[in-house]
Amino acid sequence: MTQLILEQALNGLQFGLMLFLLAAGLTLVFGIMDMINLAHGSLYMAGAYLTAAATQASGSFMVGIATAMLATAVLGALVEVTLLRRLYARNHLAQVLATFALILIANEVVRMIWGAQPVLLNTPEELAGPVRIGGFLYPAYRLLIIAVGALVAGLLYLLVSRTRVGMWVRAGASNREMTEALGINVRLLFTAVFAAGAALCALAGAMLGPLLAVQVGMGESILILAFVVIVIGGIGSIRGALVGSLLVGLVDTLGRAALPSLLRTFLSSEIASNLGPALASVLIYVLMASILVWRPEGLFPARS
Amino acid sequence: MGFYTTSTPRRIAAIALLAVLVGLPWMLQAIDQSFYVSLASRMLIFALAATSLNLVIGFGGMVSFGHAAYFGIGAYCVAILAEGGIVSAAYAWPVAIAVAALLALFIGILSLRTRGVYFIMITLAFAQMVFYLVVSLKTWGGDDGLSLGHRSSFGAFDLKDDTTFYFVVLALLAFVLMALDRVAHSRFGRVIQSIRENETRMEALGYPVFSYKLVCFVIGGALAGLAGALLVNQTGLASPNLLHWMQSGTLMVMIVIGGVGSVMGGVVGAVLLMSCEEAFVEISPHWQIGLGLVLLAVVLWAPLGIAGLVGWGRERE
Amino acid sequence: MRPARHLIAAAALLVLATSAYCAEVAKTTVKVGFLSTLSGPGAGLGIDIRDGFNLAMKTLNGKLGGLPAEVIIADDQQKPEVAQQVTEKFLKKDKVDFMTGIVFSNLMLAVGPAVFANQTYYISANAGPSQYAGAECSTFYFNVASQNDGLHEAVGKYVQDKGFKNVVLVAPNYPGGTDAMSGFKRFYKGKIGEEIYTKLGQLDYAAELAQIRSLKPDAVFFFLPGGMGINFVKQFVAAGLSADTQLFAPGFAADEDIIKAVGAPMLGMFNSSNWAHDLDNAENKRFVADFQKDYGRLPSLYASLGYDAAMLMNAAVRDVKGKLDDKTAVRRALEAKRFKSVRGEFTFNTNHNPIQNYYLRVIGKDAQGRITNKTMGTIFTNHPDAYVAQCKMQ
Repeated sequence: MTQLILEQALNGLQFGLMLFLLAAGLTLVFGIMDMINLAHGSLYMAGAYLTAAATQASGSFMVGIATAMLATAVLGALVEVTLLRRLYARNHLAQVLATFALILIANEVVRMIWGAQPVLLNTPEELAGPVRIGGFLYPAYRLLIIAVGALVAGLLYLLVSRTRVGMWVRAGASNREMTEALGINVRLLFTAVFAAGAALCALAGAMLGPLLAVQVGMGESILILAFVVIVIGGIGSIRGALVGSLLVGLVDTLGRAALPSLLRTFLSSEIASNLGPALASVLIYVLMASILVWRPEGLFPARS
Repeated sequence: MGFYTTSTPRRIAAIALLAVLVGLPWMLQAIDQSFYVSLASRMLIFALAATSLNLVIGFGGMVSFGHAAYFGIGAYCVAILAEGGIVSAAYAWPVAIAVAALLALFIGILSLRTRGVYFIMITLAFAQMVFYLVVSLKTWGGDDGLSLGHRSSFGAFDLKDDTTFYFVVLALLAFVLMALDRVAHSRFGRVIQSIRENETRMEALGYPVFSYKLVCFVIGGALAGLAGALLVNQTGLASPNLLHWMQSGTLMVMIVIGGVGSVMGGVVGAVLLMSCEEAFVEISPHWQIGLGLVLLAVVLWAPLGIAGLVGWGRERE
Repeated sequence: MRPARHLIAAAALLVLATSAYCAEVAKTTVKVGFLSTLSGPGAGLGIDIRDGFNLAMKTLNGKLGGLPAEVIIADDQQKPEVAQQVTEKFLKKDKVDFMTGIVFSNLMLAVGPAVFANQTYYISANAGPSQYAGAECSTFYFNVASQNDGLHEAVGKYVQDKGFKNVVLVAPNYPGGTDAMSGFKRFYKGKIGEEIYTKLGQLDYAAELAQIRSLKPDAVFFFLPGGMGINFVKQFVAAGLSADTQLFAPGFAADEDIIKAVGAPMLGMFNSSNWAHDLDNAENKRFVADFQKDYGRLPSLYASLGYDAAMLMNAAVRDVKGKLDDKTAVRRALEAKRFKSVRGEFTFNTNHNPIQNYYLRVIGKDAQGRITNKTMGTIFTNHPDAYVAQCKMQ
């Protein structure tokens, strides 16, 4: 039983860290420019497709990831400079709609280039099997995801909390006008942040691609989760995004695993098997709604 | 602001449009394309749903990203009641409206405490809860949705006939639009629009802002429930995709294309979007690119939508 | 008097002849509405059915029963409401003579009532929900594939015969999935460790695999068509479960599309099928060779079903001499099934579902070193489905 819980906790950690890669960029964009970007999930999709293409062309997964991160960062910067910039001054409705339009366009462009069927991206041969940790076997590739996610989270945390650039970013998120008045080029800063966020998206897409599937629409389902994460954590806060990601990852995975059997202990198995999955899948939304009712600005509000 | 009352040309335009819509089934029959009658019904139903969202966003200024929840719940209510043997529209449709209104009341009370982005996100979260609940409950068909064997019975009218059904939908939509136009000019309408423009001022003037917004939110939800009840009758299936957040997005797209805050905005947007879909699908499987580009163009250069372009938009102070 | 009588007789004959002609006018073209899942994770299956169907049309020179045929292809996106909208268009606007193509049973159940009410013949090239084999059977529904339970019953029988004692079952939560579980359990009588239902379209099976690990079964039976199966097998092997646990699947989940995507981890997996590309008959040899020539890959069970669906339509249109408005004649012609299937002989039961053989296949390397299915033997001979007794066909 403890082994099962441990394994599920690892799965939750893996899921949460990948969510963090998406949420980090999203929360900064959201925090600094007060901009809702629904197309963030499309960058994740682009990253996965580019990784698949580059991996196939070069024969190396590492080269594939690096190329995809670079290309997605450039793509993100381009979109920011040409389009998103025009939307900062607009209301949220306009932002939601314009980036919703971007989702439609991105999905169709990908469908035109790669077709409607999922694209194949396999786990590198040497990571396809399990490794033994403690008393049980665990997929090597999932361990790698955990390692990469933890590493990036750590670096990002140091970057934002310990460096000068990080200070600008934090300043931009908590009070944009003041930061501008201090002579910092917020525009340039923002393009850079957006490109970095896009690269993190690509990394998440590349890491999850072999595990899940590289397909059109893959960004939409995970996008909503990323939004849940940053709203729970507090918009604009990297620390909030990390806490939120791990919370969502663990609650979702453990809820799915434990709720049905937990309910079975005090309900009839008929009702439990019907109710269990239903409750498990709404758990994170209940979590988000209750946190918002309790703290309307999230756990770690950047603007205080 | 009103589409029906302000000027003679508009009144004439409205009457002409209504005449065309009333004559549509016979025209389609004349050219042997009766199939399009059911498509027209679907468009009008979506027009009603979009109009209900326009009430919340355009008039109330509350950017709700979870409107599909009320739309879908309305559909599910009718299907669930039919499963239990209640097929009369006289019972099933009001129940659908009431349940959607109650859901909107519950969500509204909790969500209206938050502002801006947090409001968008919390309405989305509640809609997702409803979506996942419905999808996971096997008794309600889960992923497959719930089929409605027969359309609701509606007094002397036979709703199974596509043309009759079309007229029922048209009559309901016309009624709702006229009522909305009335409301927009009533005291309530003026207060809610002033709240949209400047909430703090209205609060300072002593208006119970929260209650006004809540009432507007609940009416929007109730109308969406009616649209859902009609849609399940049209398609015969309460599908979980009706509750999906992409559906909320599509409804938003409709009102932005049509015109946010214009009485006719929802109708124009829904009809335009769905006709484009119908037409583009024949031309190219990649029609969504075109849709995306049009939408971007509207957001960037025509923020008041088509209704705004032709002068039906809301008046600016 | 006499001339008048002749005149009346002649007129009467003429009227009779015209009315007969009007009633049974031979069509000049045949329209087929092909609705299938052509995008998303389930697309591989729909595309195989489509390619098989198209190959048959090519073999038949674009004609069905000698008449020029128009095949309208549409994508249901694996969404019931999209399937319904397209079906409405097929029936009311295009006025198709036949429909076929649906992969997923939930979509079949969503569109079935409208199709049958419109008196249009539906030839199923995959979806075989238990409802349409049993209580809700229709004269307008013909299943050229198999009732959903069939392949699962065959695996259940084999697993039972091989003496496995503790089996975990995994299937998506939809009609095809529940049919799979009941089919397997009809012939496997040992202990069921757990029945795990997953979300249709689910891609990450980490939680389920952890659960399986803790249950320590000696075999796992899974039915996850398309992309779901690809991910499940990959993750199953990656989690190290394949060392102690034997995987079993129906042919749907171990077919060429999945083998192509997963590769070596599939080696040694047993599965059941009502068709195999190495079945020894003339039609099959030609089909497999033509398919490989045109599409550059081995055909899957789905492709063979699409091919057979077209061949059944061809035979029926030929036998009624194009008089497709005579619904009873079309029904008799379909029931007679006068064509040679690529899977050898099969007949339609009274519920319009097939009575056929089910084979055991194992995934191995063939003479050319390709990883592919190899037929090992016959599990069931002339096997009917379990629901036929509940079907009261008019």
